[in-house]
Amino acid sequence: MLQIDIEACIGCGVCESTCTFGAIKVEGGVAVVGDSCTLCGSCVDACEVGALSIKREEKAAQDNLADWSGVWVYAECRHGRIAPVALELLGAGRKLAEKRGVALSAVLLGSKMNGMAEELIAYGADKVFVVDDPALASFTDDAYGNALSALAKKHKPEIILAGATAIGRSFIPRVATTLATGLTADCTNLEIRDEDGALLQTRPAFGGNIMATIVCPHTRPQISTVRPLVMKPLARDAGRKGEIIAANLDSAMLQPRVKVLDSVVEDLDRVNLSEADVVVAGGRGLENEKGFAMIRELADLLGGAVAASRAAVDSGWIPYPHQVGQTGKTVAPKIYIACGISGAIQHLVGMQSADTIIAINRDADAPIFDVATYGIVGDVFEIVPKLIEKFKERKSA
Amino acid sequence: KQVPDAKDVRLDPKTNTLSREGVQAIMNPYDRHALEEAVRLKEQHGGTVTVVSMGPPQAEEMLREAVSCGADEAVLVSDRAFAGADTWATTYTLSQAIKKIDDFDLILCGKQAIDGDTAQVGPGLAERLDIPFVAYVRKITDCTANTIRAERLMDDGYDLLEIPLPALFTVVKEINEPRIPSLKGKMKAKKIDITKMTAADIEADPEQLGLKGSTTQVVKVFSPELKGERAMLGGTADEQVAQLYEKLSPLL
Ligand SMILES: Cc1cc2nc3c(=O)[nH]c(=O)nc-3n(C[C@H](O)[C@H](O)[C@H](O)COP(=O)(O)OP(=O)(O)OC[C@H]3O[C@@H](n4cnc5c(N)ncnc54)[C@H](O)[C@@H]3O)c2cc1C
Ligand SMILES: Nc1ncnc2c1ncn2[C@@H]1O[C@H](COP(=O)(O)O)[C@@H](O)[C@H]1O
Repeated sequence: MLQIDIEACIGCGVCESTCTFGAIKVEGGVAVVGDSCTLCGSCVDACEVGALSIKREEKAAQDNLADWSGVWVYAECRHGRIAPVALELLGAGRKLAEKRGVALSAVLLGSKMNGMAEELIAYGADKVFVVDDPALASFTDDAYGNALSALAKKHKPEIILAGATAIGRSFIPRVATTLATGLTADCTNLEIRDEDGALLQTRPAFGGNIMATIVCPHTRPQISTVRPLVMKPLARDAGRKGEIIAANLDSAMLQPRVKVLDSVVEDLDRVNLSEADVVVAGGRGLENEKGFAMIRELADLLGGAVAASRAAVDSGWIPYPHQVGQTGKTVAPKIYIACGISGAIQHLVGMQSADTIIAINRDADAPIFDVATYGIVGDVFEIVPKLIEKFKERKSA
Repeated sequence: KQVPDAKDVRLDPKTNTLSREGVQAIMNPYDRHALEEAVRLKEQHGGTVTVVSMGPPQAEEMLREAVSCGADEAVLVSDRAFAGADTWATTYTLSQAIKKIDDFDLILCGKQAIDGDTAQVGPGLAERLDIPFVAYVRKITDCTANTIRAERLMDDGYDLLEIPLPALFTVVKEINEPRIPSLKGKMKAKKIDITKMTAADIEADPEQLGLKGSTTQVVKVFSPELKGERAMLGGTADEQVAQLYEKLSPLL
């Protein structure tokens, strides 16, 4: 229950304007809470006089939380390739494991994954659990969920991390449900709380408008899916030593109810965008498709990929796979050039970890300049062609 | 699920609070696609479509809208005891309600709800009901009494799957173009009796509900931080471009 201390409440209305659900109203000089309250806690933080609190009746804690130890990374692989996010998670997991003083393990599920376990060790895993079974050749929620749940029940890790990819976001919730524990989706930051070693999981909510930090206090493991391209992998070290453990699971448990008839790879452009070193992005300021031809030209000159804001995608100037942001891709290139993009928070969450950000916008107050390494206030139709000229000269020189 | 229209939720840069002026409660956009697909399946193969929502009493309005778009029955699972539920408690509540409602062949959910963006309720619910689950369905290609064939959108393409029924899918927007309410539908929506279920009706274990039943807890809510350093390149357009070129060249 949200509790309001009417003695302390000064009726200022900050809570009312903070509540996304319209659940609080100031009536007769005090805040009153209604049915649509979801107990999200934004108002508690916003209240300057500390008049609001959430009374928590604690969930009965699972027995012996202390039995659960170690950090696990689910190392996704598909079509014979380790997903880059798995390596990023080993980087993040390494830090968490060191802080907790425990081992970092990777879990590989699939069929015929030659050399992959060694690769995961080179990127930081102390141990790799491998389930190699023909039933895991294609991804199904049943088989993957049962395999990971069974391993976790047996070895009791305190933390499991997985990529917030199509695969991770599909079957990890099933694992969390089977293990009767909490899951925080699409995290962008992970830390260990000093006092009690709990995993602090931070993620965007409300379409990226606010950030929420979440804990899983009473049950283990603590499970997070983590957005790709946010965490940094360690440098590959082929000399690292680790242990590879072939896990033998009952094959009956790996038989999926869902049959994969075909698995089609398409749309390589998308892959390009996430992996490009240079990304040139256009927004509503480009006015039409022709504007994007200019962006494409600059991108080609720089050996980069083309991206767009949602406004540009919604206008039909460029297809959805190019969209960057909350509901599009996350990119983290060396150079991101934003042309005619205002810098709405939903766009920024998809690109702000780029090393160098260039913004070109004619509005000096555009929020994109708040994240820009270099900003140019100017007209894209003047600046970009000049930039193209410069780089053409360089190329022919 | 009824959600605040996130498109209107904005962070006020001065007060650093969410301004919800004019923010409406809407049907979660992905759920609209789930509903449309259900209605299309009914039109092709017969059967009935039941919409179920867990939420505050106001969600009734959204359920009526769902009926006006083709649903036959509507169930509102509502109780103050549900408030503050995370996805663990939500899937528990919804699974208890669904067990009370009736037999089903297929449950369709949205890919995610736009307020939480968690995308966990669909898979969690399927696990609790112990039925096959498929995420990101973008096309149902074939449907018989016992199986469905469907395309699942993946990060690098798509998979074609065959799924035995009953099952649960979550759908992406590409699956269809939702219809607008028909006149007949609107009439029906006005008259329909919405079934209401409380915690007692679904025989829920109070320990599993709402905030108390939740496995996760929000400890902090804050505004996203930006770097906040503005390094502007000055001068004429030519000068700006020259400076930018100097900065970029060594990085390429
Ligand atoms: C739930 C949700 C999810 C979302 N997800 C995403 C997402 O994934 N990605 C995303 O990008 N957005 C997303 N959005 C939308 C986001 O809020 C913004 O509306 C969008 O990013 C704006 O795109 P824009 O910057 O191109 O357009 P605008 O905000 O219209 O900005 C255009 C900019 O161009 C400048 N400009 C115009 N003409 C010129 C010119 N000739 N020269 C120079 N500058 C010029 C203007 O000054 C302005 O700053 C989401 C929104 C919601 C609610
Ligand atoms: N309270 C609810 N009532 C009905 N359906 C819900 C509810 N919460 C989530 N769902 C369904 O689960 C999907 C995913 O939601 P979420 O896991 O919250 O992102 C939504 O698109 C809905 O179809």
